[in-house]
This record gives sequence, C-alpha cells and structure tokens, in this order.
Amino acid sequence: MYKVKVYVTLRENVLDPQGNAVKGALHSLSYHEVQDVRIGKFMELTLAKSDRDIDELVKDMCEKLLANTVIEDYRYDIEEVVVQ
Amino acid sequence: MKFAVVVFPGSNCDVDMYHAIADELGEDVEYVWHDAESLDEFDAILLPGGFSYGDYLRSGAIARFSNVMKAIKKAADEGKPILGVCNGFQILLEAGLLPGAMRRNDTLTFICRPVKLRVENNATMFTSQYERGEIITIPIAHGEGNYYCDENTLHQLIANNQIVFRYEGENPNGSLQNIAGIVNEKGNVLGMMPHPERAVHELLGGADGLKLFQSIVTYWRDAHVVTT
Repeated sequence: MYKVKVYVTLRENVLDPQGNAVKGALHSLSYHEVQDVRIGKFMELTLAKSDRDIDELVKDMCEKLLANTVIEDYRYDIEEVVVQ
Repeated sequence: MKFAVVVFPGSNCDVDMYHAIADELGEDVEYVWHDAESLDEFDAILLPGGFSYGDYLRSGAIARFSNVMKAIKKAADEGKPILGVCNGFQILLEAGLLPGAMRRNDTLTFICRPVKLRVENNATMFTSQYERGEIITIPIAHGEGNYYCDENTLHQLIANNQIVFRYEGENPNGSLQNIAGIVNEKGNVLGMMPHPERAVHELLGGADGLKLFQSIVTYWRDAHVVTT
C-alpha cells in the first residue's frame, strides 16, 4: 500500500487573510523576523495498490477535489509501505 | 410555476427560501433532498445558504459531488433558472457552473448584517424587475464571501455583463471589484452572497429581495404562459 502526503496551499498571488492574521499575532509576540505566513492544508491518504497508476490517481484526486485550482496549488509525496 | 429548494446536510437557509417562495411570492415550492435523481418536474432550482457538509475541506467542495448535482447541471444546460445564495453560490463555483472561487473575508470576521447592493445588470431573468443602477438593501451572512477569479475570467465577466450585483459603498469582505453576484455566460445560473430570501417582507427589515423572485416568475410566465 501507499502513504500519500498532500499539501494544499493558496496560490502565491492569492491573498491569505488567515495567514496575515497569524503573522500579526507572531509580530505581537515580538517575532519581528516573520515576513510572511501562508496557511494551507496537509492531508494524509492511505491507498491500496491496484492496477491503476498511483501518481495519476493522486493527481486526479487533487485536481477534482482536494485542491481548488482556481486559488490553490498542491503537491504530494508518495511513499510505498510494505505491510508486514 | 414550481420551485425546488435543494437541501444538503448542513443547509440552514432552506426554510427561509421555502417561506419566501410559498408565503411571499405565492408560488409552488418543494424541498428536494441532495440525493435526488431528477429535477425535471421543477421550473427553477434554488440552492440555499448554510454549511453543506459542515464546510469540510472547502465551502461547497463536498456538496458539489452530491447526486442531485447531475440533475442541477442538466437543468442548467436546459436553460432553467438556477439561483445559488451564499453557500449555494459557493457550491455553484465548486461545481464549475460559475467561474471563480471564494476566499475568506479579508476582515477576518463572519459578517451578518444588511448591506447595500447596486443592480449592475437588470437584463437577466433574475433582475428584470429592478432598475439598472438601483440600490437595494439585502442582508449578508458569511465568513467566506471574498470573491476571486483570475484576470482573464474577470475580463470575460465584465465583457459579457455577467456581474449582476456589486456591493455599493463599502466592500464588506474584500471581494474582487466589489462583486456580490454573477451569472454564467448563458445568463440562467446566478450566484450571490447576499440573501434575497431574508428580505421579502417589511417585517424582516425590508422587501428588496422579493423582486428577484418576481423576476424569475415574470421570465417563466413570458416563456411558458400563452395569453389568449
């Protein structure tokens, strides 16, 4: 089987009000080094092996549901796990 | 004329919508559950506000895969009037029936209050009873109504006159170009963040929303009722 880690983030040019609020809070905690905060989503999927191409499957899932590509980018890591 | 109010798990403006149609507009209306196969018996489809599927993943992202969405797409293709309000608008965006996406409000707050809107386009089946440029007052209630689309899409929206409502004066949520409501290119699918169904009687603080529903009826009567 596979463990798939999917990261969904707002596109670079899309305003992130949540991230801005967190940035403000970090500044108020005196972390003045913080220049930017972007908040995204992390999803962990467990997939059974099948005759379908795993990379294509995950890409499809991201495009169709996990990310809204109008405002979000995604990337993913696929790790094959050997079941004992 | 027969309206459908589509109910998803987590819809919470469905009763308001039903009330607006049944009691204030005086037309036939039925609730339709999200797993319905067909909407063929209805003349107009209403997607109410709320938090379908708990807004999990993204607002509207899960609802968009409900069984009834196939029937909604079919109705859209047939040219029937389809109105999505608030979460209904978000669902239409996720489903690709309208272009763009919603970001969180730039004010970091859930906003629930009446706002002023400008009717930018009154040549639609949803707005014929308004004057062009008319300023109306309709309540909003959302945390994610900050409309966004890319530049090409925006040019198309403007060129095709698809921006139907803009926030007048203050922009409450940061939406691009003060956009409050848009139609598809064909003009039969309207998505809007403000809640016209909450403004259908003076007792509710105003009745400016009623003309939107009356416009739909006028459109339908003109198309279907043969006068002798």
